[in-house]
Amino acid sequence: MANETPGLDQRDVAFDAKFFRYGFLAMMVFFIAVPFVNQAAGRDLIYLVFLMKVLCFGLFACAFNLLLGYGGLLSFGHAMFLGMAGYFSAHLAKVGLQFDQVTLFKVSIPLSVHLPPFSTELAILVSTAATGVLGLLVGLLAIRRQGIYFAMITLALAQMIFFYCLQAPFTGGEDGIQSVPRGKLLGMIDLTNNTAMYYFVLAVFTFGFLLIYRTVHSPFGQVLKAIKENEPRAISLGYQTERYKLLAFVLSATLAGLAGATKAIVFQLASLTDVHWSMSGEVVLMTLLGGMGTIFGPVAGSFVIMAMENYLSNLGAWVTITQGIVFVICVLAFRRGIVGELEALLRRRLTFRQFLFEVFAFRHHKRARDKKRG
Amino acid sequence: MKWQMKTLALAAAMAVAGSAFAQAKKDEKKEEDKISGGVVKIGVLNDQSSLYADLGGQGSVLAVKMAIADFNAAKNGLKVEVIFADHQNKPDVGSQIASKWIDSEGVDMIIDTPNSGVALAVNQVVRDKKKVFINSGAASSDLTGAKCSPNTIHWTYDTWMLANGTGSAIVKNGGDTWFFLTADYAFGHALERDTEAVVLKNGGKVLGKVRHPLNTQDFSSFLLQAQSSKAKIVGLANAGGDTSNSIKQAAEFGIVKGGQNLAGLLVFLTDVHALGLEKAQGLIFTETFYWDQNDASRAFTKRFAAANGGKYPTMVHAGVYAGTLHYLKAVAALKSDDGTDVVAQMKKTPTDDPLFGKGTIRADGRKIHPAYLFEVKKPSESKGPYDYYKLKATIPADQAFRPLKDGGCELVK
Repeated sequence: MANETPGLDQRDVAFDAKFFRYGFLAMMVFFIAVPFVNQAAGRDLIYLVFLMKVLCFGLFACAFNLLLGYGGLLSFGHAMFLGMAGYFSAHLAKVGLQFDQVTLFKVSIPLSVHLPPFSTELAILVSTAATGVLGLLVGLLAIRRQGIYFAMITLALAQMIFFYCLQAPFTGGEDGIQSVPRGKLLGMIDLTNNTAMYYFVLAVFTFGFLLIYRTVHSPFGQVLKAIKENEPRAISLGYQTERYKLLAFVLSATLAGLAGATKAIVFQLASLTDVHWSMSGEVVLMTLLGGMGTIFGPVAGSFVIMAMENYLSNLGAWVTITQGIVFVICVLAFRRGIVGELEALLRRRLTFRQFLFEVFAFRHHKRARDKKRG
Repeated sequence: MKWQMKTLALAAAMAVAGSAFAQAKKDEKKEEDKISGGVVKIGVLNDQSSLYADLGGQGSVLAVKMAIADFNAAKNGLKVEVIFADHQNKPDVGSQIASKWIDSEGVDMIIDTPNSGVALAVNQVVRDKKKVFINSGAASSDLTGAKCSPNTIHWTYDTWMLANGTGSAIVKNGGDTWFFLTADYAFGHALERDTEAVVLKNGGKVLGKVRHPLNTQDFSSFLLQAQSSKAKIVGLANAGGDTSNSIKQAAEFGIVKGGQNLAGLLVFLTDVHALGLEKAQGLIFTETFYWDQNDASRAFTKRFAAANGGKYPTMVHAGVYAGTLHYLKAVAALKSDDGTDVVAQMKKTPTDDPLFGKGTIRADGRKIHPAYLFEVKKPSESKGPYDYYKLKATIPADQAFRPLKDGGCELVK
């Protein structure tokens, strides 16, 4: 897939900026308008809790994409950041910080901390920061290796976290942490109201999304891309690539943590599902399905996967089979992902008739294939 | 990047304004008629595609439909609809479906819901929205303990009842020395702790225990320890695949043929069916329903199996049927489907159904009925399809479940 992304010289900067501007505008209009449309229609055309989930997983996938799509690092353990942040924020918002001693490797240090339950925004912020620290620790170990070894190290560490969460008393084992209060935003706005919660999640998502866009288009992001294309060359140019990779890893982990912390508040629970390795696989699927290395791709991927999980749930036993078929079709028909294909189509500046023809005739695939064969 | 910052500021402003606007708007919907939407809508929320699909799944949907037919809803002036969904064993999916059902599809009662994590999440949603939750599939005794709710009824079984029933009844039947094979996580520890307490209380002895990791493939070293302990009973404080694997491998080691008995703490009819009698024979465990108990249960089973591809009902299916029946009776008596009122009515009236007989529902939401200790038959003793169990002991209703005062439920004053 790497050879299909255009090199730096070929990039049409003006097109990219335009694509992002209109895409972002369309996305924001859609997300802001939904509650108003629902209200006008008098019923839930799109259920807000579902959209909140799309936003949380969208941010999670965007954070993952920062690492995979722009840094070329396939982490197979990102669930640990999502899940741990969820546990942190659920625990902080429900219980606060209460302990009398810290036990590390069977050595107990008396340290008495008694903090009452945190307010919602503080719980999210603290757990996001804590996940950043976890990301730093994991990143320090993992970025020393490339490719499959990197993926395996992150997977192994994520499994350690999973078994820790399974046994640690504060996570509640397979019952999880339940009935987490949503609380009030800044002590004023009651988040138990779904619409209020929705706009809060949208604001968090927008912040994370724009931060990622800014990162990707900064000099830092350009170096990251250079490392992805050719790491030895980046080293020979004098870049300390490990530092760049570590920073990208920590940033990605922190934003994944922000998504997880927010999600725990939305659903008022934190459970093992979010630290399980299958969640790490799901985020890879979201990113590939939506379009790896595209800024909107992960959001689209999250939307499609969550929609399948949600709207197919009344198919009963057929839900997993249908999901499988959709994946196969996407991999065969949209190799660059949904947004990747759309972007490639628009980039060629076709007329409307040509556009329709291309979409329905799949000609670009044939052409790409012919080109490859030479 | 200037416009970007503007957009960001705009988005933030929108978010705050939108939140404030939403908060100001009060929920003005008041139910006009007593039956909301003119329809009593029942949602079956369970696992339809994974490990609990056989013990609940589509069978539970069928059980609800049979209960509606048997109740003769039309004659009682009720219009009843059933919908179902697969929670995929994810608490967030379960919670989201439950709140969507209640908010935008007019669901009045949610039933079944195996998997304790999902059940506790749905318990909270239903409580917040003041509807009805009848749980049949989940094991957690917290549903009627620390996390009990005025909107929840836990029908079929729970962990306390399994540990207590299996532990006490086996010791009373002569199985007084135990060895525990425990899954090394909270659920396994809890089962082991509860069962051990009951065994000791009844004068039994625990000769040893071993912890195995979750989802173990190879139990040989654990089973050898169990074998050499010479304990009469090997207690399996684990669930699902771990239970099946340990039973299969115990058969290979000849543990049951060597005179020891396996005691399963969480075993369903479908597990025994999947293992086969050759492997499962001699296994002892507690359930609250078995299809071959009396004429009424056999008649139910005949109808159920005919519509379910020949598969016989588990106790979870039976609980779903009986729970729906009792729910519909309460709705018809009140002529209202207001959640809190209906649950109060269900607790007030004694239950009476063909599968569990006469029973009651306690203040904490716990349905009370007898439990039974079964032993799996030898292949030579089985006379027909699904003829798997023989009754070893009956635990009377007043002893089967955790005493009301011990649960720590806030509804009990």
